[in-house]
Amino acid sequence: MSDVAQTTPTDATTRRMTLNMGPQHPSTHGVLRVVLELDGETITKAQPDIGYLHTGIEKECEVKTWQQVVPLTDRVDYLANLSNNLCYCLAVEKLLGLEIPPRARWMRVMMTELTRLNSHLVWLGTHAIDIGAMSVFLYCFREREDILRIFEMFSGQRMMTSYFRIGGLALEAPRGWEQAVGRFIRAFPSKVDEYEDLLTKNPIWQRRTQGVGVMSLEDLLDTGVTGPMIRAAGLGWDIRKAEPYTDYEKFDFAVPTREAGDVFGRYQVRVEEMRQSARIVMQALEGMPDGPFTADAPHVVLPDREKMKTQMEALIYHFKIVTEGFRVPEGEAYVAVESPRGELAYYVVSDGGARPWRVYMRTPSFGNLQALPWMVEGGMIADAIASMGSIDFVLGDVDR
Amino acid sequence: MILEPLREVAAASALQEWDPSAIEEGALDCGQAILVIAPERAAGVCRFLKTEQKFERLSAVTAVDRHPDEPRFEVVYHLHSIASGARLRLKCRLGGEKPEIDSVTGVWRAADWYEREVFDMFGITFRNHPNLKRILMPDDWQGYPLRKDYPIHGYKYSYAEES
Repeated sequence: MSDVAQTTPTDATTRRMTLNMGPQHPSTHGVLRVVLELDGETITKAQPDIGYLHTGIEKECEVKTWQQVVPLTDRVDYLANLSNNLCYCLAVEKLLGLEIPPRARWMRVMMTELTRLNSHLVWLGTHAIDIGAMSVFLYCFREREDILRIFEMFSGQRMMTSYFRIGGLALEAPRGWEQAVGRFIRAFPSKVDEYEDLLTKNPIWQRRTQGVGVMSLEDLLDTGVTGPMIRAAGLGWDIRKAEPYTDYEKFDFAVPTREAGDVFGRYQVRVEEMRQSARIVMQALEGMPDGPFTADAPHVVLPDREKMKTQMEALIYHFKIVTEGFRVPEGEAYVAVESPRGELAYYVVSDGGARPWRVYMRTPSFGNLQALPWMVEGGMIADAIASMGSIDFVLGDVDR
Repeated sequence: MILEPLREVAAASALQEWDPSAIEEGALDCGQAILVIAPERAAGVCRFLKTEQKFERLSAVTAVDRHPDEPRFEVVYHLHSIASGARLRLKCRLGGEKPEIDSVTGVWRAADWYEREVFDMFGITFRNHPNLKRILMPDDWQGYPLRKDYPIHGYKYSYAEES
């Protein structure tokens, strides 16, 4: 924070000026401050200044029990909360050596793909509104509302769902979930067509986005960028394919790529990803296995309510898990998943106790935002808005 | 010296061949390779791994505080190679007195913010870093929040007292 040196008074004869963009600028989507040095309308230097949303979540994790950390992970990236739940649970399950039953794995795939749709819809709506296309926002939030209703149906919460727990899911899927998800996902591809009708061939949209914010693949990788941005520069690297987790290898989907590496390419990649995610949700819906939704691990997973009231062992386990948590063997694990924004990874260190020794969150927005100066320097100030929108950062994800 | 299971890890054997004294320790944890590197060798080892072993991505740099054990800090580098799909974790152990290590910003630009974050949260200095300043906390903040001896409660507990 306050990373930027005091601005030096500029010579009155030059047209250089320093502009503070943010922290309260609508297109920074949160509280990001970017200090721009301008020569006329051309940006000569851009310095992002982050930390306004720093809440110390990593420190907080160290005083919670393992299971209590799950609700904190929701709040890291509040648009992709289930991806964060999933990544943390996978890391701890790796340390515990837990085997997760198929139904829970498929349910996790379905819910994280709905999360991807949710996140991409918010991105598309706000990105379009930044550039001046008002109506797309209304269309996107119409569908997002349906997704949030599905989340509410499953977990009782619209955004901070905490639906995944160490060892499986928090609750069994509610009655009638197939109809709710099915109705939404069958209609969804036609909704994506509607967004594309508004934008893809729109000449204003094309001129605002094509050839803007271009970065080469080497530069992107070197600055730590992951996710749709590198796929828009031609590299088809997706962790769901490269290092499959929770049964992703059983689903049929494509990894869309584009060669241009500009804002328009990123738009195309994300829109195509929405279609692919809809395919995955459809497959999960049709092939959802039956069976338990939590692992067979009584020392980790809370017992069934009925059993807790009738069986002595279940009551003891319930009491122990609630009062002191469970112990996780000493060791460390680094687990990466493909969040809507790129490589999301949790590095979890255990000292063998009931609380994590260290939880490090490798959040995609932090890495992606580092590339902002390379993307906007030398361009026009209006293009900076388009470039920032195409990074699709969430400030909670950057600052944690 | 490297342990037997690590001989399977191509990068570990190559590194061992390149500089037999670089690796202090090695282990596999949950199937993931961990190499403990002598701190003064870290930047050189990273350069070798990037150029010769195709670890073109630095996923993250972070640290772990082992307080009250000594050496107290572990600086952890998460490397990833898209070409081979391999992931590798490098660790450097630093004492608590004056933790200092060479920056790897010259190897991967991505290290810039990650090292600043470690500096901000743990107070570990990265030599030759182009812009080593606090990144998340305010500039005038005192103390390093992710150290184990930093309190979790208290309003502005260790904030500068000047006002």
